[in-house]
Amino acid sequence: MSKVRVLVGTRKGAFVLTSDGKREKWDVRGPHFAGWEIYHLKGSPADPNRLYASQSSGWFGQLVQRSNDGGKTWEPVGNKFAYEGVPGTHQWYDGTPHPWEFKRVWHFEPSLTDPETVYAGIEDAALFRSTDGGQTWQELSGLRGHGSGPKWQPGAGGMCLHTIILDPGDPGRIFIAISAAGAFRTDDGGKTWKPINRGLHSQHIPDPTAEVGHCVHHIAMHRSRPGVLFMQKHWDVMRSDDAGDSWHEVSGNLPTDFGFAIDVHAHEPETIYVVPIKSDSEHFVPDGKLRVFRSRTGGNEWEALTKGLPQSNCYVNVLRDAMAVDSLDKCGVYFGTTGGQVYASADAGDSWTPIVRDLPAVLSVEVQTLE
Amino acid sequence: MRVILPQHLRTLAQVGSELQLEVDGPVTQRSVLDALEARYPMLRGTIRDQVTEQRRPFLRFFACEEDLSHEPPDAALPDAVASGAEPFIVIGAIAGG
Repeated sequence: MSKVRVLVGTRKGAFVLTSDGKREKWDVRGPHFAGWEIYHLKGSPADPNRLYASQSSGWFGQLVQRSNDGGKTWEPVGNKFAYEGVPGTHQWYDGTPHPWEFKRVWHFEPSLTDPETVYAGIEDAALFRSTDGGQTWQELSGLRGHGSGPKWQPGAGGMCLHTIILDPGDPGRIFIAISAAGAFRTDDGGKTWKPINRGLHSQHIPDPTAEVGHCVHHIAMHRSRPGVLFMQKHWDVMRSDDAGDSWHEVSGNLPTDFGFAIDVHAHEPETIYVVPIKSDSEHFVPDGKLRVFRSRTGGNEWEALTKGLPQSNCYVNVLRDAMAVDSLDKCGVYFGTTGGQVYASADAGDSWTPIVRDLPAVLSVEVQTLE
Repeated sequence: MRVILPQHLRTLAQVGSELQLEVDGPVTQRSVLDALEARYPMLRGTIRDQVTEQRRPFLRFFACEEDLSHEPPDAALPDAVASGAEPFIVIGAIAGG
């Protein structure tokens, strides 16, 4: 029988939640790495027992942890992220040059085919790759060297490369996103990159339609249609039907189009999910109501999903990497909040139940569907 | 010589409240950290940056009731540390949640 494993990164450790395919009763294990910030953990599609976790703290820096048994035991692996060549500068918040400095890993994206290969998106923004299971890391420096790097600026959370999407149909194609530089794509395995931000409109930069400078919060793709991308930008929910070459807005009737998380139904590529957040100065859900919004039309027409979610006095946020879907039928949808709840829906969002209510603030949620 | 690590690094290195370390040659901050990282590779990058070798800003080095954090990394540590009479203490800032 199928099983589901939910990997939860929090401000104070990692948790592994497992259930059978009914997704009604959950076993909760953790905290792993108690007291440390776990920005992200994710499993290899090629070997589900191989997990990678980003463990960091303001005191002790960055560690990378690897598991070969689905998160029961862990071992620290390589944590040296050295930029290639002389790193140079990007822009600081005030527009002055600021040296590139490694701070932490925001996101791991394991290869679709090789458990030993994994990509890391880091702050200050760069993309690294390991081909030896995380022991050593090499920068794909064509991204930072694209030419616009000196113009990149940090978002409020830091200048982070937070989204990495590997194209299942084209091993040379990778999409990434950086706050607040925008989205980029390579078609040659990471050697050369181009910004893919045409159609984005951001009022917080001098030229609202500039080639770079957009605060992209997250991007999602359905593996059956790798040319169709959905984006939650700082403000605006966007869609591209040409692999990012152009974008158009699909915010439609959302109560607010600010937010962080976005994901796609496992079996319906036109069904997408977002969690609207009130604004960039009030990072909590509007009207005290925790609502996931679902569009079954690829955007523009949205319905609020509220059954089982608090509809009064709720003021949590859902961060960019804190939503995921499983691949069971019906599709399971999961998200974690800054209030420490992890909610699950076993019916594609129609109804929700909390798996746990009182974890530390949730930074990331990933799901593995296991046979 | 003797080294005392903060709690999180003891957990990471799977050591107790104090560890014993053999240091070849002059006992300095650099030689102590080199020996520590050689014996416990999982500590690489946690006390000093792996690229710049700078001490992490929220950590300090104490010994013999002195703060040695700002001493040059190749300066000799006190004889009492080299002989093992006093420990070399890596301490984390008392801050944060």
